[in-house]
Amino acid sequence: MNDRGVFRNSILGLGLAFLYIPILSMMFFSFNNSRLVTVWDAENSPTLRWYVRLFENEQLLGAAWISIKIAALSASGAAILGTLAGLVLTRFGPFRGRALLSAMTTAPLVMPEVIMGIAMLLLFVAFEQMIGWPAGRGLLTITIAHITFTMAYVTVVVQSRLAGFDDALEEAALDLGARPATVFFKITLPLIMPAIVSGWLLAFTLSWDDVVISQFVSGPGSSTLPMEIFSRVRRGVSPDINALATIMVLIVATGVVASTIWMKRQERKRLLEEQMARSDTP
Amino acid sequence: MVAAPYLWLFVFFAVPFAIVFKISFSYMVTTQPGYAPLFEWIEEAQRLVATFNVANYQVLLQDSLYLSTFLYSLKVAAISTVLCLLLGYPMAYAIARSAPTTRNLFLMLIILPFWTSFLLRVYAWIGLLKTNGVINNALLALGVIDQPLVLLYTDFAVYVGIVYSYLPFMILPLYSNLEKHDLTLLEAASDLGARPVKAFFKITLPLSMPGIVAGCLLVFIPAVGEFVIPSLLGRTDQLMIGTVLSAQFFGARNWPVASAVAIALLLLLLLPILLFQRYQQRELEASRR
Repeated sequence: MNDRGVFRNSILGLGLAFLYIPILSMMFFSFNNSRLVTVWDAENSPTLRWYVRLFENEQLLGAAWISIKIAALSASGAAILGTLAGLVLTRFGPFRGRALLSAMTTAPLVMPEVIMGIAMLLLFVAFEQMIGWPAGRGLLTITIAHITFTMAYVTVVVQSRLAGFDDALEEAALDLGARPATVFFKITLPLIMPAIVSGWLLAFTLSWDDVVISQFVSGPGSSTLPMEIFSRVRRGVSPDINALATIMVLIVATGVVASTIWMKRQERKRLLEEQMARSDTP
Repeated sequence: MVAAPYLWLFVFFAVPFAIVFKISFSYMVTTQPGYAPLFEWIEEAQRLVATFNVANYQVLLQDSLYLSTFLYSLKVAAISTVLCLLLGYPMAYAIARSAPTTRNLFLMLIILPFWTSFLLRVYAWIGLLKTNGVINNALLALGVIDQPLVLLYTDFAVYVGIVYSYLPFMILPLYSNLEKHDLTLLEAASDLGARPVKAFFKITLPLSMPGIVAGCLLVFIPAVGEFVIPSLLGRTDQLMIGTVLSAQFFGARNWPVASAVAIALLLLLLLPILLFQRYQQRELEASRR
């Protein structure tokens, strides 16, 4: 390795340390017995007492359950709508209002969350005034808001997947006499499935993680887990939040690693099948 | 099939902004829903009366609080974006030039924190930065300092928080740009006698401009309206616009003024948002070819 290689890799190493040290430090201190969190109590540590206390905390567990429900519903809604939007934008050619649809699918990617939150809340209030729906705010309004801001991510993922392979496969199937519906379910859908799955996971994570938009559109009794965490950590560090963070990081890390391996394997399988199909034809 | 996502985004994304715009011209009332209607049918006079309230916007211009929060938010976002670029560029460069087998591993390491809770990652910095936090304790133990440093609730803490949270958004577009570069250009430059530094500034940097612009926009735009990071790590005597907006909304319950703040913020960010959209469009078209 030459000098420049050493320099490059040391910056990369520093950057990765910057990314991981806070997380690791949080995990480390979750086993600290001291209430002061960052002052290590060597005599009584490591301990699992904050984990025990976490699982006795009905309020946090309830909020976690609410968050899981909202995230699963939002991710599914966003996956369906986002995939449709992605298909429409890449496969339908020019149509009236295409520019508007394309603008509406990319804007939520960068829109500050406070603006999204205030806009969604005022919409729900105006709707309630006019047609009486949605009555009050809660799980339903949070889910609608989450679908709206997460579907943009699904659209982007699906779009770039669709752009990655040409429509010759679909055209060939159509030429061979397959009906459009058959083509969609036999060819297009299987091809973009990895993108839909990663879009769903992305939407789930974003919804599960969101605090700002939820805060605007939630009602009494519908506090999500991030909202509960936020109101706690505003008052400073608390040892049971460290324990909660450790559990969440471990779950996410396992999930991400497992799904990456799964997707790699699927991709390899697809390439292999493609190769075999090619070698079959003279 | 066109209709479903279209309708959804129209009703739940475009219409809300129209409503925010409308309410930003309303008078505040204490009864539900918190704002007066713009148009009202007056039975006695038999005519439609329109009442526009531009005072909500006048407040923004006259009250120095709003002006200073807007300027402060822009400053914080700009500085954080530059810091993010200075750290992210060499990282993206190192990944793009590493061996193909390790590249995916590095990329996963960059993306992994992004999947874990943003809120908890910001929270982690409180533990590191506070007076009896990890950094101060370590420096005291090493004898570098004999008084704990004030790190938390400062501008510095907000920069760190933003750079930390948004770093993946800077690295990924930069990486996907740098990875596509034709390395023979650099070889040609060195054959012609250009030193590596010169070759970098004459070839690599100009070629990576689209990636730099995309990464900077992805960090800058959300950072201007950031709410969680300044409320957990930032100063209490100087607020950012996201915090002020939500205080107007939940604290003062002045929805019309909060709406006017949101519209002003949106106008401020309109140009960068449009730039970002153009970039996205071009990226997709390029990958199709």
